Amino acid sequence: MMNEKYKLFLYSAFALILATAPLYLNSYWVDVLNSVGLYAILALSLNIILGDAGLYNMGHAAFFAVGAYTAAYLNTQFGLPILWALPVSGIVAGIAGLLVARPVVHLRGDYLLIVTVGVGEILRIALINDVFGLTGGPNGIFGIDRPVLFGFKIRKPQEFFYLIWGFVAVTIFLFYRLKNSRFGRALDYLREDMTAAEGSGIDTGRYQLYAFMVGAAWAGMAGTLYASKMSIISPESFSFWESVLIFIIVILGGSGNIAGVLLGTFLIIGLPEAFRGFANARMWFFGLAMMLMMIFRTEGILPHRPRVFKSLDRQRP
Amino acid sequence: MEEFFQQLTNGLAVGGIYALIALGYTMVYGVLKLINFAHGDLFTLGAYLGLTLLTSLGLSGHLGTVLGLIVLAIMVTGFVGIAGALLERAAYRPLRDSHRLSAVVSALGASIFLQNTIMLIYGAKNYVYPLDILPRTTLHIFGLPVPLVRILILTASLLLMAGLYLFIQKTRLGTAIRAAAIDQGAAKLMGINVNQVIMIVFLVGPGLGGVAGLMVGLYYGQVNFTMGWVYGLKAFTAAILGGIGNIPGAMVGGLLLGVIEALGAAYISIAWKDAIAFCVLIVILIVRPTGILGERVADKI
Amino acid sequence: MSLLSIRNLTKRFGGLTAVNKVSFDVEEGAIVGLIGPNGAGKTTVFNLITGNYRPDEGDILFAGTSIKALRTHKIVSMGIARTFQTIRLFQKVSVLENVLAGRHCRMKAGLVAGMLKTPFEKKEEREALRYCVEELEFVGLKGQESQVADSLSYGNQRLLEIARALASEPKLLILDEPAGGMNEQETEALVGLIGKLKGRGLTILLIEHDMSLVMRACEHLVVLEYGCKIAEGPPETVKNDPKVIEAYLGAD
Repeated sequence: MMNEKYKLFLYSAFALILATAPLYLNSYWVDVLNSVGLYAILALSLNIILGDAGLYNMGHAAFFAVGAYTAAYLNTQFGLPILWALPVSGIVAGIAGLLVARPVVHLRGDYLLIVTVGVGEILRIALINDVFGLTGGPNGIFGIDRPVLFGFKIRKPQEFFYLIWGFVAVTIFLFYRLKNSRFGRALDYLREDMTAAEGSGIDTGRYQLYAFMVGAAWAGMAGTLYASKMSIISPESFSFWESVLIFIIVILGGSGNIAGVLLGTFLIIGLPEAFRGFANARMWFFGLAMMLMMIFRTEGILPHRPRVFKSLDRQRP
Repeated sequence: MEEFFQQLTNGLAVGGIYALIALGYTMVYGVLKLINFAHGDLFTLGAYLGLTLLTSLGLSGHLGTVLGLIVLAIMVTGFVGIAGALLERAAYRPLRDSHRLSAVVSALGASIFLQNTIMLIYGAKNYVYPLDILPRTTLHIFGLPVPLVRILILTASLLLMAGLYLFIQKTRLGTAIRAAAIDQGAAKLMGINVNQVIMIVFLVGPGLGGVAGLMVGLYYGQVNFTMGWVYGLKAFTAAILGGIGNIPGAMVGGLLLGVIEALGAAYISIAWKDAIAFCVLIVILIVRPTGILGERVADKI
Repeated sequence: MSLLSIRNLTKRFGGLTAVNKVSFDVEEGAIVGLIGPNGAGKTTVFNLITGNYRPDEGDILFAGTSIKALRTHKIVSMGIARTFQTIRLFQKVSVLENVLAGRHCRMKAGLVAGMLKTPFEKKEEREALRYCVEELEFVGLKGQESQVADSLSYGNQRLLEIARALASEPKLLILDEPAGGMNEQETEALVGLIGKLKGRGLTILLIEHDMSLVMRACEHLVVLEYGCKIAEGPPETVKNDPKVIEAYLGAD
């Protein structure tokens, strides 16, 4: 019980420090935090697919791109306010997730990984080739509006900070609940043992698709936030390496553990900014860390833990 | 007709290179059931080592082009093979009994690690191979022009593949490799040193991949540190296409993929060239995951 | 009408016919044992019933409906639950969560309800927890809810598999070597548990090598050899059937 209180204190203190960060950090560092926030959304969304359901998706940047391009297109072509585009791009990316996953999700882990890499690359090539004249080719789409919230136009990094981290907070809130629900448990079962899950009465095929859908939809919404923050998007922002980076965050942070994924995001996106000289060697270091982690601590820095049911004691006679 | 012939020979030359890389994937998969994601980067290592040896030692100057290149190829094979065996020892052997996906992540880590090691040593820029090594002559076959480089590359890769095939089929060690691929436990009981077999597989597979890297340098004249991923993915596609774990399959798959890609780039669209291999990969995994020459195995419950 | 009716069931793996035109019925409320030497095709029959394999020929009727083309989870929700020969628990997950897996198909809350924690979802979760705790108590694993499954003893893991199967409220329970790896006391307790299950009105089909358990627990036996049914009937009759004796002891 002491442990629980300590944890709660730790999380609150962290939330407080983070929430007040724009007051004492300069624009540059706030922007770094914004970037961490966006990656946190991406990593949390991939965590549903990779960490919870155990599906090796290394093309997550594709769904990020679908969301960003959907929002950018709707905003620049039809003048749809960017925050209105948020749910739309979430839905479009979610559907993209379903369409991608449908034919390949049953493939074995390593095959699925390769296929998702392939899907990501095909999409990137499609974006460069300005497919159907929608994507603006290698230059991408520019002139995307800033978001407007209750008549207030969000422009400065400090303002974006609250938009992005507000979204992160909502994501954590919803995903934490989802994790501790029938849906979240079902994902655990199919990661642990597909045959046993199916044999226990879980429609494993459907839940695999759901996992992809939810993860992709959230990545799509992250894409919308990204598009409005940058006001210009181009294919190079959605390269294979983005997918690899998100994948590494989840694996190293602790797949299946929300706090672990957040910690992973800070370490992998934030830390290299703190040590600029390190930036060049960071991928080298991450590669090494992945190998060492698999040999010595397979589950990541903060591993997934079995759930504790607090109501249980009350129910026992 | 001439255009078609050009694309065909180009596709065969590139396909030969894919096949050489694919052999490494398929051999490792055969004995460990692991996709060695770092294989593409070992291939890159081969290309860079070849370049370094070529410029620093000036091999071709002293020995004459053909002999010089053969010595160079042997050196590259040896170095990259040793790198492969070290990789197995460090990153894969400790994970042999753990969850299969742990090894996949370790392999990914190894790939990122190797790629960035090359980047940190050589820098992020593109490197140009000396152009004067292979004569830029063009031969005429049935009145159709074919650059000599293509014939040399295709011949060399076919010879290497034939050599590997004989090694696997005819030698004691090859038999041991085949046995370990069918059932590691049983092979162990029959007195086969499985660790040794795996080490040899990791010497030979990456060795061939390293030579392929050298060939790419000689063919395209340019290398960079990220090229391993694209070549690796394409060669892996070739291995799947032929049937993973199957050595003749990797050869067939490689040549086939090279030709499909060259013809697709020429007759569909050059801009979509890199997407063709990925489309082939996805289609084959959906339609026939066992590939052209692979066999279907039932899952045990 | 029988609860489960196997008709001319055939399954081939390449050139091997693992199950060859096997037919038998399981009456509602009965305890039926499927026995035979190793490799006779018993587990394959189970895997065919639960939809893990597809039959090449023949049909499987459950309460009059053909289930041979249905997927496993659908079959479970229709009322057939099973345990596995090689224990297949979710090893890294708590005991209670393992049982909740079986409860899954009797619950409804989906993605949105889970994210929003609707009153319906909370109520359903509470009820599911209570139900699963009761099933754990029923099989004799009370007080071990929070343990991780792989920390249980082998015998208790088998019991946990039964609890997981029970949580789906099956009509037919399929047990694949439930006494495998159990010591004598545990086997005794298992016989008692099977009796209690019958008392709950469950129909049971089981594979077991422990003949003393089979003779005591089962009311009806089906004997397979090389994929074919060679005998069927009450334990006493089957035990003295020369074909069965030959199959087990070998021909002279």
